Amino acid sequence: MSLKRSILTGVTIAALAAGGVWAASHGGPPPAVKARQAHMQLYAFNLGILGAMAKGEAEFDAEKAQRAANNLAALVSLDQTDYWVPGTSSAEVMESRLKPEMFENVADAMAKGKALQEAVMALQGAAGTLDGLRASIGPVGGACGACHKAYREPQQ
Amino acid sequence: MRRLARALAILAVTGVAAFWYLTAPRSEPVENLTGLAGDAGRGALVFAAGGCASCHAAPGAEGAARLELGGGRRFASPFGTFVAPNISPDPEHGIGGWSVADLVNAMHHGTSPEGAHYYPAFPYTSYARVSLQDIADLHAYLLTLPPVARPSAPHEVGFPFNIRRLLGGWKLLFARHDGPVVKDVPPEAERGRYLVEGLGHCGECHTPRNALGGLDYSRWLGGAPNPTGKGRIPNITPAALDWSEADIAYYLETGFTPDFDSAGGEMAEVVKNTAQLSPEDRASIAAYLKAVPPVRDAAQ
Repeated sequence: MSLKRSILTGVTIAALAAGGVWAASHGGPPPAVKARQAHMQLYAFNLGILGAMAKGEAEFDAEKAQRAANNLAALVSLDQTDYWVPGTSSAEVMESRLKPEMFENVADAMAKGKALQEAVMALQGAAGTLDGLRASIGPVGGACGACHKAYREPQQ
Repeated sequence: MRRLARALAILAVTGVAAFWYLTAPRSEPVENLTGLAGDAGRGALVFAAGGCASCHAAPGAEGAARLELGGGRRFASPFGTFVAPNISPDPEHGIGGWSVADLVNAMHHGTSPEGAHYYPAFPYTSYARVSLQDIADLHAYLLTLPPVARPSAPHEVGFPFNIRRLLGGWKLLFARHDGPVVKDVPPEAERGRYLVEGLGHCGECHTPRNALGGLDYSRWLGGAPNPTGKGRIPNITPAALDWSEADIAYYLETGFTPDFDSAGGEMAEVVKNTAQLSPEDRASIAAYLKAVPPVRDAAQ
Protein backbone atom coordinates (compact mmCIF):
# COMPACT_ATOMS: atom_id res chain seq x y z
CA MET A 1 0.00 0.00 0.00
CA SER A 2 1.34 3.41 -0.88
CA LEU A 3 2.35 5.70 1.96
CA LYS A 4 -0.29 8.18 0.88
CA ARG A 5 -3.09 5.65 0.91
CA SER A 6 -1.98 4.18 4.19
CA ILE A 7 -1.98 7.59 5.90
CA LEU A 8 -5.35 8.49 4.42
CA THR A 9 -6.74 5.16 5.59
CA GLY A 10 -5.34 5.68 9.04
CA VAL A 11 -6.76 9.17 9.27
CA THR A 12 -10.15 7.92 8.13
CA ILE A 13 -10.27 4.99 10.53
CA ALA A 14 -9.20 7.17 13.41
CA ALA A 15 -11.76 9.80 12.47
CA LEU A 16 -14.45 7.12 12.47
CA ALA A 17 -13.34 6.03 15.89
CA ALA A 18 -14.01 9.61 16.83
CA GLY A 19 -14.60 11.10 20.15
CA GLY A 20 -11.05 9.74 20.02
CA VAL A 21 -9.89 12.45 22.35
CA TRP A 22 -7.41 10.98 24.75
CA ALA A 23 -8.75 11.20 28.25
CA ALA A 24 -6.38 13.06 30.52
CA SER A 25 -6.98 10.45 33.22
CA HIS A 26 -4.61 8.04 31.43
CA GLY A 27 -1.68 10.20 32.50
CA GLY A 28 0.89 11.43 30.01
CA PRO A 29 0.30 12.00 26.33
CA PRO A 30 -1.37 9.35 24.16
CA PRO A 31 0.95 6.67 22.74
CA ALA A 32 0.75 8.15 19.24
CA VAL A 33 2.17 11.44 20.52
CA LYS A 34 4.93 9.61 22.40
CA ALA A 35 5.70 7.60 19.27
CA ARG A 36 5.97 10.75 17.15
CA GLN A 37 8.27 12.39 19.67
CA ALA A 38 10.43 9.27 19.93
CA HIS A 39 10.65 9.11 16.16
CA MET A 40 11.78 12.75 16.05
CA GLN A 41 14.43 11.99 18.68
CA LEU A 42 15.79 9.18 16.54
CA TYR A 43 16.06 11.61 13.63
CA ALA A 44 17.84 14.08 15.91
CA PHE A 45 20.28 11.47 17.22
CA ASN A 46 21.35 10.36 13.77
CA LEU A 47 21.40 13.89 12.37
CA GLY A 48 23.56 14.84 15.34
CA ILE A 49 26.23 12.33 14.27
CA LEU A 50 26.22 13.70 10.72
CA GLY A 51 25.93 17.33 11.75
CA ALA A 52 28.91 17.14 14.10
CA MET A 53 31.01 15.96 11.16
CA ALA A 54 29.56 18.54 8.78
CA LYS A 55 30.24 21.32 11.29
CA GLY A 56 33.77 20.09 11.85
CA GLU A 57 33.20 19.29 15.53
CA ALA A 58 33.87 15.61 14.91
CA GLU A 59 36.34 14.04 12.51
CA PHE A 60 34.74 12.68 9.38
CA ASP A 61 34.26 8.92 9.61
CA ALA A 62 32.79 7.57 6.38
CA GLU A 63 31.48 4.34 7.89
CA LYS A 64 29.85 6.03 10.85
CA ALA A 65 28.32 8.67 8.58
CA GLN A 66 26.92 6.01 6.31
CA ARG A 67 25.42 4.14 9.26
CA ALA A 68 23.67 7.29 10.48
CA ALA A 69 22.43 8.12 6.98
CA ASN A 70 21.15 4.55 6.55
CA ASN A 71 19.29 4.86 9.84
CA LEU A 72 17.67 8.08 8.68
CA ALA A 73 16.67 6.39 5.44
CA ALA A 74 15.16 3.52 7.45
CA LEU A 75 13.32 5.99 9.68
CA VAL A 76 11.75 7.93 6.82
CA SER A 77 10.62 4.63 5.32
CA LEU A 78 8.59 3.63 8.37
CA ASP A 79 4.84 3.65 7.91
CA GLN A 80 3.70 6.43 10.24
CA THR A 81 -0.01 6.07 9.51
CA ASP A 82 -0.93 5.44 13.11
CA TYR A 83 1.21 8.27 14.53
CA TRP A 84 -0.72 11.10 12.93
CA VAL A 85 -4.26 10.47 14.04
CA PRO A 86 -7.06 12.91 14.86
CA GLY A 87 -7.46 13.70 18.52
CA THR A 88 -3.71 14.07 19.03
CA SER A 89 -3.16 17.70 18.03
CA SER A 90 -2.29 20.59 20.33
CA ALA A 91 -6.02 21.35 20.52
CA GLU A 92 -6.63 18.09 22.36
CA VAL A 93 -3.34 17.08 23.95
CA MET A 94 -1.31 19.39 26.13
CA GLU A 95 2.03 17.75 25.29
CA SER A 96 1.37 17.84 21.54
CA ARG A 97 2.80 20.55 19.30
CA LEU A 98 0.96 19.26 16.22
CA LYS A 99 -1.22 22.03 14.79
CA PRO A 100 -4.78 20.87 14.15
CA GLU A 101 -4.51 22.45 10.68
CA MET A 102 -2.52 19.44 9.53
CA PHE A 103 -5.69 17.40 9.40
CA GLU A 104 -7.21 19.91 7.00
CA ASN A 105 -4.14 19.75 4.75
CA VAL A 106 -3.29 16.06 4.64
CA ALA A 107 -2.26 16.16 0.97
CA ASP A 108 0.17 19.00 1.68
CA ALA A 109 1.56 17.25 4.76
CA MET A 110 2.08 14.13 2.63
CA ALA A 111 3.93 16.17 0.01
CA LYS A 112 6.18 17.59 2.71
CA GLY A 113 6.83 14.05 4.00
CA LYS A 114 7.76 12.96 0.51
CA ALA A 115 10.14 15.90 0.16
CA LEU A 116 11.86 14.77 3.37
CA GLN A 117 12.14 11.22 2.02
CA GLU A 118 13.80 12.51 -1.15
CA ALA A 119 16.22 14.72 0.76
CA VAL A 120 17.18 11.82 3.06
CA MET A 121 17.68 9.45 0.12
CA ALA A 122 20.01 12.01 -1.46
CA LEU A 123 21.88 12.25 1.85
CA GLN A 124 22.16 8.47 2.05
CA GLY A 125 23.73 8.45 -1.40
CA ALA A 126 26.19 11.23 -0.58
CA ALA A 127 27.21 10.60 3.04
CA GLY A 128 30.32 8.64 2.04
CA THR A 129 32.35 11.81 1.57
CA LEU A 130 32.58 14.93 3.72
CA ASP A 131 31.76 17.24 0.80
CA GLY A 132 28.79 15.08 -0.14
CA LEU A 133 27.56 15.10 3.43
CA ARG A 134 27.94 18.86 3.75
CA ALA A 135 26.06 19.51 0.52
CA SER A 136 23.20 17.13 1.21
CA ILE A 137 22.41 17.71 4.89
CA GLY A 138 21.15 21.28 4.36
CA PRO A 139 18.20 20.20 2.20
CA VAL A 140 17.24 17.69 4.90
CA GLY A 141 17.09 20.55 7.40
CA GLY A 142 15.02 22.52 4.91
CA ALA A 143 12.55 19.65 4.57
CA CYS A 144 12.27 19.32 8.37
CA GLY A 145 11.70 23.05 8.65
CA ALA A 146 9.05 23.17 5.92
CA CYS A 147 6.79 20.85 7.90
CA HIS A 148 7.63 22.39 11.27
CA LYS A 149 6.83 25.82 9.91
CA ALA A 150 3.43 24.76 8.65
CA TYR A 151 2.29 22.26 11.26
CA ARG A 152 4.23 22.59 14.50
CA GLU A 153 3.21 24.94 17.28
CA PRO A 154 5.91 27.25 18.65
CA GLN A 155 7.59 26.20 21.87
CA GLN A 156 5.78 27.56 24.90
CA MET B 1 -10.09 88.51 25.83
CA ARG B 2 -9.83 89.16 22.10
CA ARG B 3 -6.09 89.21 22.44
CA LEU B 4 -6.14 85.82 24.12
CA ALA B 5 -8.34 84.41 21.36
CA ARG B 6 -5.94 85.79 18.77
CA ALA B 7 -2.94 84.35 20.57
CA LEU B 8 -4.63 80.97 20.75
CA ALA B 9 -5.51 81.08 17.08
CA ILE B 10 -1.93 81.92 16.15
CA LEU B 11 -0.70 79.14 18.38
CA ALA B 12 -3.10 76.67 16.78
CA VAL B 13 -2.08 77.66 13.27
CA THR B 14 1.59 77.45 14.21
CA GLY B 15 0.96 74.05 15.81
CA VAL B 16 -0.75 72.70 12.72
CA ALA B 17 2.00 74.10 10.54
CA ALA B 18 4.67 72.57 12.76
CA PHE B 19 2.83 69.23 12.76
CA TRP B 20 2.51 69.40 9.00
CA TYR B 21 6.18 70.24 8.61
CA LEU B 22 7.47 67.71 11.12
CA THR B 23 5.32 64.83 9.88
CA ALA B 24 6.09 65.37 6.18
CA PRO B 25 7.45 62.26 4.48
CA ARG B 26 11.20 62.57 3.95
CA SER B 27 13.14 61.68 0.86
CA GLU B 28 16.75 61.09 -0.06
CA PRO B 29 18.80 64.07 -1.27
CA VAL B 30 19.27 63.60 -5.01
CA GLU B 31 23.04 64.19 -4.89
CA ASN B 32 23.48 61.03 -2.80
CA LEU B 33 22.13 58.97 -5.69
CA THR B 34 24.10 60.25 -8.67
CA GLY B 35 26.35 57.72 -10.32
CA LEU B 36 24.70 54.80 -8.53
CA ALA B 37 24.45 51.75 -10.82
CA GLY B 38 22.85 48.49 -9.73
CA ASP B 39 24.16 44.96 -10.33
CA ALA B 40 21.36 42.38 -10.48
CA GLY B 41 23.73 39.50 -9.66
CA ARG B 42 24.75 41.09 -6.39
CA GLY B 43 21.15 42.13 -5.86
CA ALA B 44 20.10 38.48 -5.61
CA LEU B 45 22.12 38.21 -2.42
CA VAL B 46 20.70 41.47 -1.06
CA PHE B 47 17.24 40.08 -1.81
CA ALA B 48 17.98 36.92 0.18
CA ALA B 49 19.57 38.80 3.08
CA GLY B 50 16.64 41.22 3.17
CA GLY B 51 14.11 38.40 3.37
CA CYS B 52 11.91 40.13 0.77
CA ALA B 53 10.26 36.92 -0.45
CA SER B 54 9.27 35.89 3.07
CA CYS B 55 6.65 38.64 3.13
CA HIS B 56 5.98 39.59 -0.48
CA ALA B 57 5.65 36.14 -2.11
CA ALA B 58 2.19 34.57 -2.06
CA PRO B 59 1.38 32.88 1.27
CA GLY B 60 2.89 29.39 1.37
CA ALA B 61 4.84 29.84 -1.89
CA GLU B 62 7.73 27.42 -2.39
CA GLY B 63 10.55 27.15 -4.93
CA ALA B 64 10.33 29.40 -7.98
CA ALA B 65 6.99 30.79 -6.78
CA ARG B 66 8.91 32.61 -4.04
CA LEU B 67 10.19 34.95 -6.75
CA GLU B 68 6.66 35.99 -7.74
CA LEU B 69 6.23 38.95 -5.43
CA GLY B 70 2.52 39.62 -5.88
CA GLY B 71 2.00 40.08 -2.14
CA GLY B 72 -1.12 39.09 -0.26
CA ARG B 73 0.36 37.76 2.99
CA ARG B 74 -1.56 39.09 5.97
CA PHE B 75 0.06 40.37 9.16
CA ALA B 76 -2.19 40.79 12.15
CA SER B 77 -1.06 43.40 14.72
CA PRO B 78 -2.58 45.36 17.61
CA PHE B 79 -3.12 48.21 15.12
CA GLY B 80 -4.93 46.25 12.43
CA THR B 81 -4.08 43.77 9.70
CA PHE B 82 -1.46 44.73 7.15
CA VAL B 83 -1.40 43.05 3.75
CA ALA B 84 1.91 42.71 1.93
CA PRO B 85 1.73 44.67 -1.34
CA ASN B 86 2.74 43.64 -4.85
CA ILE B 87 6.45 44.45 -5.38
CA SER B 88 6.83 42.47 -8.59
CA PRO B 89 8.02 44.45 -11.62
CA ASP B 90 4.50 44.71 -13.00
CA PRO B 91 4.33 48.37 -14.14
CA GLU B 92 0.71 48.85 -13.06
CA HIS B 93 0.32 46.81 -9.86
CA GLY B 94 3.92 46.42 -8.78
CA ILE B 95 7.09 48.50 -8.78
CA GLY B 96 7.99 48.20 -12.48
CA GLY B 97 7.93 51.98 -12.79
CA TRP B 98 10.11 52.67 -9.76
CA SER B 99 13.50 54.35 -9.99
CA VAL B 100 16.38 53.54 -7.65
CA ALA B 101 15.48 56.74 -5.81
CA ASP B 102 11.94 55.44 -5.24
CA LEU B 103 13.31 52.26 -3.68
CA VAL B 104 15.78 54.25 -1.54
CA ASN B 105 12.96 56.49 -0.29
CA ALA B 106 10.85 53.43 0.53
CA MET B 107 13.61 51.52 2.33
CA HIS B 108 15.42 54.40 4.06
CA HIS B 109 12.55 56.75 4.79
CA GLY B 110 9.36 54.70 4.55
CA THR B 111 8.15 57.12 1.88
CA SER B 112 6.21 56.03 -1.21
CA PRO B 113 6.83 57.45 -4.72
CA GLU B 114 3.61 59.47 -4.25
CA GLY B 115 5.07 60.95 -1.07
CA ALA B 116 2.97 59.07 1.50
CA HIS B 117 4.17 57.32 4.65
CA TYR B 118 4.41 53.55 4.68
CA TYR B 119 3.36 51.64 7.78
CA PRO B 120 6.34 50.25 9.71
CA ALA B 121 5.10 46.69 9.09
CA PHE B 122 7.50 47.33 6.20
CA PRO B 123 10.72 47.34 8.24
CA TYR B 124 12.21 50.62 7.03
CA THR B 125 13.42 51.39 10.54
CA SER B 126 15.92 48.55 9.91
CA TYR B 127 16.36 49.02 6.16
CA ALA B 128 17.44 52.61 6.88
CA ARG B 129 20.83 51.06 7.70
CA VAL B 130 21.17 49.39 4.27
CA SER B 131 23.79 50.91 1.96
CA LEU B 132 22.71 52.84 -1.13
CA GLN B 133 24.74 50.45 -3.28
CA ASP B 134 22.88 47.43 -1.88
CA ILE B 135 19.56 49.12 -2.62
CA ALA B 136 20.64 49.91 -6.18
CA ASP B 137 21.69 46.28 -6.65
CA LEU B 138 18.39 45.09 -5.18
CA HIS B 139 16.49 47.41 -7.52
CA ALA B 140 18.30 45.90 -10.52
CA TYR B 141 17.52 42.38 -9.30
CA LEU B 142 13.84 43.02 -8.54
CA LEU B 143 13.32 44.19 -12.13
CA THR B 144 14.50 40.77 -13.40
CA LEU B 145 11.74 38.89 -11.52
CA PRO B 146 8.45 37.78 -13.10
CA PRO B 147 5.72 40.46 -13.10
CA VAL B 148 2.50 39.61 -11.27
CA ALA B 149 -0.59 41.41 -12.61
CA ARG B 150 -2.59 41.50 -9.39
CA PRO B 151 -3.50 44.66 -7.49
CA SER B 152 -2.24 45.08 -3.94
CA ALA B 153 -4.94 44.57 -1.32
CA PRO B 154 -5.63 47.50 1.04
CA HIS B 155 -4.53 47.28 4.68
CA GLU B 156 -7.30 46.69 7.18
CA VAL B 157 -6.45 49.36 9.71
CA GLY B 158 -9.01 51.30 11.72
CA PHE B 159 -9.10 54.85 13.07
CA PRO B 160 -6.85 56.55 14.11
CA PHE B 161 -4.13 54.34 12.65
CA ASN B 162 -5.54 54.80 9.16
CA ILE B 163 -4.38 58.43 9.18
CA ARG B 164 -1.05 57.97 7.46
CA ARG B 165 0.13 61.47 8.29
CA LEU B 166 0.37 60.41 11.94
CA LEU B 167 3.10 57.99 10.91
CA GLY B 168 5.30 61.04 10.47
CA GLY B 169 5.06 61.48 14.23
CA TRP B 170 5.72 57.81 14.76
CA LYS B 171 8.85 58.06 12.64
CA LEU B 172 10.05 61.11 14.60
CA LEU B 173 9.66 59.16 17.82
CA PHE B 174 10.88 55.73 16.81
CA ALA B 175 12.82 55.69 13.53
CA ARG B 176 16.47 56.15 14.40
CA HIS B 177 18.98 57.46 11.93
CA ASP B 178 22.00 57.43 14.19
CA GLY B 179 23.91 54.52 12.71
CA PRO B 180 24.33 51.08 14.25
CA VAL B 181 22.39 50.02 17.35
CA VAL B 182 25.40 48.29 18.88
CA LYS B 183 28.22 50.78 18.50
CA ASP B 184 31.23 48.68 19.46
CA VAL B 185 31.74 45.31 17.84
CA PRO B 186 34.94 43.50 16.87
CA PRO B 187 35.95 43.79 13.18
CA GLU B 188 34.83 40.22 12.41
CA ALA B 189 31.32 41.12 13.58
CA GLU B 190 30.90 44.28 11.48
CA ARG B 191 29.44 42.57 8.44
CA GLY B 192 27.17 40.57 10.74
CA ARG B 193 26.01 43.78 12.40
CA TYR B 194 25.12 45.20 9.00
CA LEU B 195 23.15 42.07 8.14
CA VAL B 196 21.37 41.71 11.50
CA GLU B 197 20.56 45.38 12.14
CA GLY B 198 19.87 46.34 8.53
CA LEU B 199 18.95 43.92 5.78
CA GLY B 200 18.09 40.98 8.02
CA HIS B 201 15.83 43.21 10.17
CA CYS B 202 16.16 40.62 12.96
CA GLY B 203 15.36 43.23 15.62
CA GLU B 204 11.86 43.71 14.22
CA CYS B 205 10.76 40.42 15.78
CA HIS B 206 13.43 39.70 18.40
CA THR B 207 13.21 43.10 20.14
CA PRO B 208 10.20 44.02 22.28
CA ARG B 209 8.04 47.01 21.35
CA ASN B 210 6.34 49.73 23.38
CA ALA B 211 2.59 50.43 23.35
CA LEU B 212 2.91 52.47 20.15
CA GLY B 213 4.86 49.79 18.34
CA GLY B 214 8.27 51.42 18.64
CA LEU B 215 11.27 49.15 19.30
CA ASP B 216 12.66 49.17 22.85
CA TYR B 217 16.34 49.59 22.00
CA SER B 218 17.33 49.11 25.64
CA ARG B 219 16.25 45.47 25.22
CA TRP B 220 17.73 45.02 21.74
CA LEU B 221 17.26 41.39 20.56
CA GLY B 222 16.11 40.50 24.08
CA GLY B 223 13.07 38.52 22.94
CA ALA B 224 9.44 39.56 22.50
CA PRO B 225 5.92 38.20 22.49
CA ASN B 226 5.05 36.38 19.28
CA PRO B 227 2.66 38.57 17.27
CA THR B 228 0.69 35.42 16.38
CA GLY B 229 -0.10 35.15 20.10
CA LYS B 230 1.49 31.77 20.68
CA GLY B 231 4.85 31.38 22.36
CA ARG B 232 7.64 33.95 22.42
CA ILE B 233 10.25 35.09 19.95
CA PRO B 234 13.42 34.13 21.80
CA ASN B 235 16.03 36.30 23.42
CA ILE B 236 19.12 35.93 21.18
CA THR B 237 21.52 38.03 23.26
CA PRO B 238 24.36 36.23 25.07
CA ALA B 239 22.25 36.30 28.26
CA ALA B 240 20.01 33.61 26.79
CA LEU B 241 21.59 32.18 23.63
CA ASP B 242 24.46 30.01 24.82
CA TRP B 243 25.13 28.31 21.48
CA SER B 244 28.68 28.45 20.12
CA GLU B 245 29.36 30.67 17.12
CA ALA B 246 29.69 27.54 14.99
CA ASP B 247 26.30 26.36 16.22
CA ILE B 248 24.66 29.68 15.34
CA ALA B 249 26.22 29.72 11.88
CA TYR B 250 25.18 26.12 11.29
CA TYR B 251 21.62 26.86 12.38
CA LEU B 252 21.45 29.72 9.88
CA GLU B 253 22.74 27.37 7.17
CA THR B 254 20.63 24.26 7.82
CA GLY B 255 17.99 25.12 10.40
CA PHE B 256 19.40 22.52 12.81
CA THR B 257 19.71 23.53 16.46
CA PRO B 258 22.69 22.15 18.44
CA ASP B 259 20.53 19.24 19.60
CA PHE B 260 19.28 18.67 16.06
CA ASP B 261 15.80 19.87 16.46
CA SER B 262 14.98 22.02 13.45
CA ALA B 263 13.80 25.57 13.00
CA GLY B 264 10.05 25.99 12.89
CA GLY B 265 7.66 28.89 12.67
CA GLU B 266 8.88 32.04 10.98
CA MET B 267 12.52 31.08 11.59
CA ALA B 268 12.15 28.21 9.09
CA GLU B 269 11.38 30.93 6.55
CA VAL B 270 14.34 33.02 7.70
CA VAL B 271 16.74 30.07 7.37
CA LYS B 272 15.70 29.69 3.72
CA ASN B 273 17.19 33.15 3.26
CA THR B 274 20.26 32.85 5.49
CA ALA B 275 21.11 29.51 3.82
CA GLN B 276 21.81 31.54 0.66
CA LEU B 277 24.40 33.78 2.34
CA SER B 278 28.11 32.99 2.25
CA PRO B 279 29.61 30.97 5.14
CA GLU B 280 31.62 34.09 6.03
CA ASP B 281 28.44 36.16 6.35
CA ARG B 282 26.82 33.57 8.61
CA ALA B 283 29.96 33.38 10.76
CA SER B 284 29.96 37.16 11.07
CA ILE B 285 26.30 37.16 12.16
CA ALA B 286 27.25 34.65 14.85
CA ALA B 287 30.17 36.85 15.96
CA TYR B 288 27.82 39.85 16.15
CA LEU B 289 25.28 37.98 18.28
CA LYS B 290 28.08 37.22 20.73
CA ALA B 291 29.00 40.93 20.85
CA VAL B 292 25.47 42.22 21.56
CA PRO B 293 24.90 43.48 25.14
CA PRO B 294 23.23 40.72 27.15
CA VAL B 295 19.58 41.33 28.02
CA ARG B 296 18.40 39.49 31.12
CA ASP B 297 14.91 38.11 30.92
CA ALA B 298 12.54 40.14 33.06
CA ALA B 299 11.28 38.21 36.09
CA GLN B 300 8.07 36.53 35.07
